[in-house]
Amino acid sequence: MAIECLVLGAGQEVGKSCVVVTFGGGKRVMFDCGMHMGHRDSRRYPDFDRLLADGAADYTAAISCVVITHFHLDHIGALPYFTEVCGYHGPVYMTYYDCAALVYPFQQYPTKALAPLMLEDYRKVMVDHRGEEEQYSYEDILRCMRKVIPLDLKQTIQVDKDLSIRAYYAGHVLGAAMIYAKVGDAAIVYTGDYNMTPDRHLGAAQIDRLKLDLLITESTYAKTVRDSKHAREREFLKAVHKCVSGGGKVLIPAFALGRAQELCILLDDYWERMNLKIPIYFSAGLTIQANMYYKMLIGWTSQKIKNSYTVHNPFDFKHVCHFERSFINNPGPCVLFATPGMISGGFSLEVFKKWAPSEKNLVTLPGYCVAGTIGHKLMSGKPTRIDIDKDTHIDVRCQIHQLSFSPHTDSKGIMDLTEFLSPSHVILVHGEKPQMAFLKERIESELGMQCCYPANNETVSIPTSQNLKINATEKFIVSFCMDETENDPQKQNLNFGGDMPQGCRTEGVAEGVLLMEKSKTPKILREDELLHSLGMETHFVHFEPLHPSSIEVKHTGESAVQQSSLEHLDCE
Amino acid sequence: MKLTCLDTGVDGGYYTPASHLLEVEGLRILLDCPIDLSALTAFSAVPLGASSSSGDAEDLIRGVPYYRSPTAVAAAKAGHIDAVLVSSATGLLGLPFLTRLPGFANTKVYVTEVAARMGSLMMRELVEMHREFVRCYGPDRDQSPVWMEGEKLKKLMSVLQKITTEDEENNNLAALVSLYSLDNIEECMQKTQYVKYGEEVCFNGMLMLKASSSGLELGNCVWTIKGPRASMTYLPSSIFVSAHALDFDYSSLKGNDVILFSDFSSLNGMYDDNKKMGEHIVDETDILLASNSVFRDDGMDEDETIKFLCSNDDIAEEIERISFICSCIIDAINSGGSVLIPIGRIGIILLLLEHMSETLHSSNMKSQVPIFMISETAEEIITFTNALPEWLCKSRQEKLGRNLALYFVHIGVLGMAQLSICFIDGVQTNDQGVDAELTLKPFMPLAIQVLGCSFLSGIKVGKIDPLLGLLKPKLILFPEGQKSLCPATDKQPWSFLYYSKGKTIEVPNMREEFEVRMTTEVAFGLQPRQLDKTTAVARLKAKLLLSNGQYVLAAAKSELDRSERHLLHWGTVDASCIPSALQEKGIVCSFSADADYSAPSDRERVISITSPGEALVKVTSERTTIYCDDEETAERVYDALRSICNGI
Repeated sequence: MAIECLVLGAGQEVGKSCVVVTFGGGKRVMFDCGMHMGHRDSRRYPDFDRLLADGAADYTAAISCVVITHFHLDHIGALPYFTEVCGYHGPVYMTYYDCAALVYPFQQYPTKALAPLMLEDYRKVMVDHRGEEEQYSYEDILRCMRKVIPLDLKQTIQVDKDLSIRAYYAGHVLGAAMIYAKVGDAAIVYTGDYNMTPDRHLGAAQIDRLKLDLLITESTYAKTVRDSKHAREREFLKAVHKCVSGGGKVLIPAFALGRAQELCILLDDYWERMNLKIPIYFSAGLTIQANMYYKMLIGWTSQKIKNSYTVHNPFDFKHVCHFERSFINNPGPCVLFATPGMISGGFSLEVFKKWAPSEKNLVTLPGYCVAGTIGHKLMSGKPTRIDIDKDTHIDVRCQIHQLSFSPHTDSKGIMDLTEFLSPSHVILVHGEKPQMAFLKERIESELGMQCCYPANNETVSIPTSQNLKINATEKFIVSFCMDETENDPQKQNLNFGGDMPQGCRTEGVAEGVLLMEKSKTPKILREDELLHSLGMETHFVHFEPLHPSSIEVKHTGESAVQQSSLEHLDCE
Repeated sequence: MKLTCLDTGVDGGYYTPASHLLEVEGLRILLDCPIDLSALTAFSAVPLGASSSSGDAEDLIRGVPYYRSPTAVAAAKAGHIDAVLVSSATGLLGLPFLTRLPGFANTKVYVTEVAARMGSLMMRELVEMHREFVRCYGPDRDQSPVWMEGEKLKKLMSVLQKITTEDEENNNLAALVSLYSLDNIEECMQKTQYVKYGEEVCFNGMLMLKASSSGLELGNCVWTIKGPRASMTYLPSSIFVSAHALDFDYSSLKGNDVILFSDFSSLNGMYDDNKKMGEHIVDETDILLASNSVFRDDGMDEDETIKFLCSNDDIAEEIERISFICSCIIDAINSGGSVLIPIGRIGIILLLLEHMSETLHSSNMKSQVPIFMISETAEEIITFTNALPEWLCKSRQEKLGRNLALYFVHIGVLGMAQLSICFIDGVQTNDQGVDAELTLKPFMPLAIQVLGCSFLSGIKVGKIDPLLGLLKPKLILFPEGQKSLCPATDKQPWSFLYYSKGKTIEVPNMREEFEVRMTTEVAFGLQPRQLDKTTAVARLKAKLLLSNGQYVLAAAKSELDRSERHLLHWGTVDASCIPSALQEKGIVCSFSADADYSAPSDRERVISITSPGEALVKVTSERTTIYCDDEETAERVYDALRSICNGI
């Protein structure tokens, strides 16, 4: 039996993540369904046609389920297209958090006007920035979101009789998950994006030691070992401090969830330490609701925050206050968090228009901006003038600081995870080709695993080991199991110890006889049980030295028989 | 597999659930470890002044109370416990009694995250409450307090007698223990491993444990214990549809071999109470009869069953009761009184809070009527219950987008207030007339109305049979005392075993043999030998691994190193076939002429071999002996023999 892995997206590139894994028995799982932000033509979506057999048109029959690892567009962007335009009607799984952030708001707010939180950003990117051709409508998104089934971390979900999936904490953004999928004995993990170093508000990825045939891992930083996070945080704080102490205003455009909270924890802390009195503002949409989400979904944040939660709410920021629209023109320094993150419109654009002309002010940009947004324009070179439309333009004189807190794992993290999971095969996706080649070499030489990094639309076939189900008698199990654990106190301790990887216990070498009878499950017995179950008597076979004299044969022969029957017993 | 029921709980088991000790594959597992607070009613909560020394209040014991935990005491007596599975916060409360003992240092506790957090808050609150007693009466100086003798003891016994009618006195006293400390709680919590619903954890490599929602309360669960030879459901009190917690996830229990039925809710006063509620009576016997005809005689339509089980009547009743309470509260407030609500089931309290603030809001009284919660842990409980959306029922989860706060409560300190209504939720104080009076005795005289109301706290009797029909177990372990609820019939494909408190029953193995997986590598290495048309055997040497409750035979690194000469042979060898078999291998042989000189009775045949080497083969019915000095020849002779002799 083999696992077929078809890379529909993020093969030797970053963007439109989509990997389809076919297990035996026709079970097929699509991991992520992303959209490519760099393309405006058909290359924007994964080439779903490849999933269908010639002449077929039914995607629901072709795919057992779709699992989305997190809510970033390059992982979910093509989902409405796949469900509404292509017509896939099977189950779609997303983590509970993603549902709360993405799905439930859609369900609750069926009209555009009420769309809360990051949804507004999403709608913009998914609908307004879609490019020339209409691929799917807002209503399509709504219908798509209604199909989503929430998934809790570590919960084993039985998709159908044979296929089960489980999500593990990935630490990339809130709600990001690594997905374990299993059909029969064949098991794989698809990591999505993950982070192996704990963040201020996110924990490091956590997964059990699983027996895997295949690991499909992201490899964004296949070659880089990242510098310490502290340095980058210091840089950010220095830039902000410098700006406000010079009387400037700092604009931090941010998505409602995730980065904003992390930066805010950072600033609040710094303000406390430096005893700064300059106000930090949250724009209206961001404050209450976003923090509320955080409070309620505390289970998804790092252990540190979780532990401190009952004593003190880490999201009750001391120095943060609400921002009123009228404050825009107030004199004096301040720090403002505003949505949307890429200055694609809305409040952050409004503020940007007012503040950008002053060289005292500072705008921070997220690590990634979609082409066409002001954020993207600011990132590419340092423009002095930005045209909003043919009548409006902004003179940009303010300073620009790009945030680089990338929540992806570095190459050490990838190696660590791969070594920890010890799969038989590794497939690299979501990275750049030369770096992937480098990492492949390392995985093959250092870890001794087979590794490849297929391009888009390539299929890789991975052989799997299939286990046969047989029965074993109690005597067989008992004689080869109990002895060892009982005589070894250290092992006994291990049995109760907490740190042992899940359920691994090695037993000794077992010897027995496999009895195969027609129309019965093969059964393994201890040697001495076999004859009884066959209803036969032992026939002893001995070897004796041959002596020249037959008289002597008689005498020594008898004693030899005794000896050898003892020997024989020993052997049993 | 062995099962010992340690305690059947008190009054239907919401506050004091039943507990069991399970022995499976050599592991000892404790199922729940509650505390029984009913002994508290024998103790006086406040020092009785001279003025109130009249009447029955005199009987109350003035001293630091002791607590009953028959489970912890019985488990301690049993000695060693490998793991504890906890199904609810209340099932955790007696555990520090056990984990503080030196012999239980290695015991591992499995519990859902929410039940663990709620349980530890409840334990802390209990310790706080106990501290009040200590402050009042002074700490215990010696092992046995003064009240352990004489009149007071009798009083205590009579209180305890009420709880456990058939129990002998010694047992009652032995189950009394002094309360644990905050350190003991801490120590206990360190032994716990949090799980989520649907999360599979492996204990000791052998057992796979999985918690599924039981619907009774936030974080309460039903356990699936899967061993290599049987899978078992531990089914404590469950509610099919809940207004606050996730619904009973019965579908995850389908196909488990054994069900340990541990829902004692039918024993509580719920049904009497129902009758008192007047118009809301649900006649259980009617349902039972109806289900009998629908679900036993017909071919049991699964969809119909599910529809019946998951009908909304549970929620409807719950909401009805809560509205009734709310209307009483409004009445009391309108007549200038205050309302005291003892906190019982946290889910019900949260629902009540929600409903109450709505009612107050709609009658424009919200701003004037403050709601206080008096508890050391109130703030933590409210914060915590507001931050666990994954554990809430579906409708509440979806509310997330619209109504961000699930429960809003004003928390403050209770000022001086005139008590007017005392609402007592729960089962323990359910015998309204007697217990409420006794409880309030130290505070007499007072003018207070008492409203008692209990809520559904388990599977309705009528739903038991349809549920079992859906889960299709092979064997059901059922409480002896409740036999009548679920009578065994011939038509049922499952069988019943009845357990009762304090007795150990032997549960038959569902499977005599273990299931083992053999890797293809091992399978390819096999050299099977066909015995007849239907049977073949093969010698097997492999590594036996145990992981996640599954035995696996994996290829051993070392090859078969034993000499093939020591293999197993059986059956009779037909001596007359030997010469031809030998000749086929190119061996020259003949029957010895003087073969039968040694033991004529034994029909021993002797074959002498002359080429390629010199050898002698002696054959009897159960023994073949090859005499040979030359290894090579011996090998060839043996080869030839193998072809006519069954062996492996």
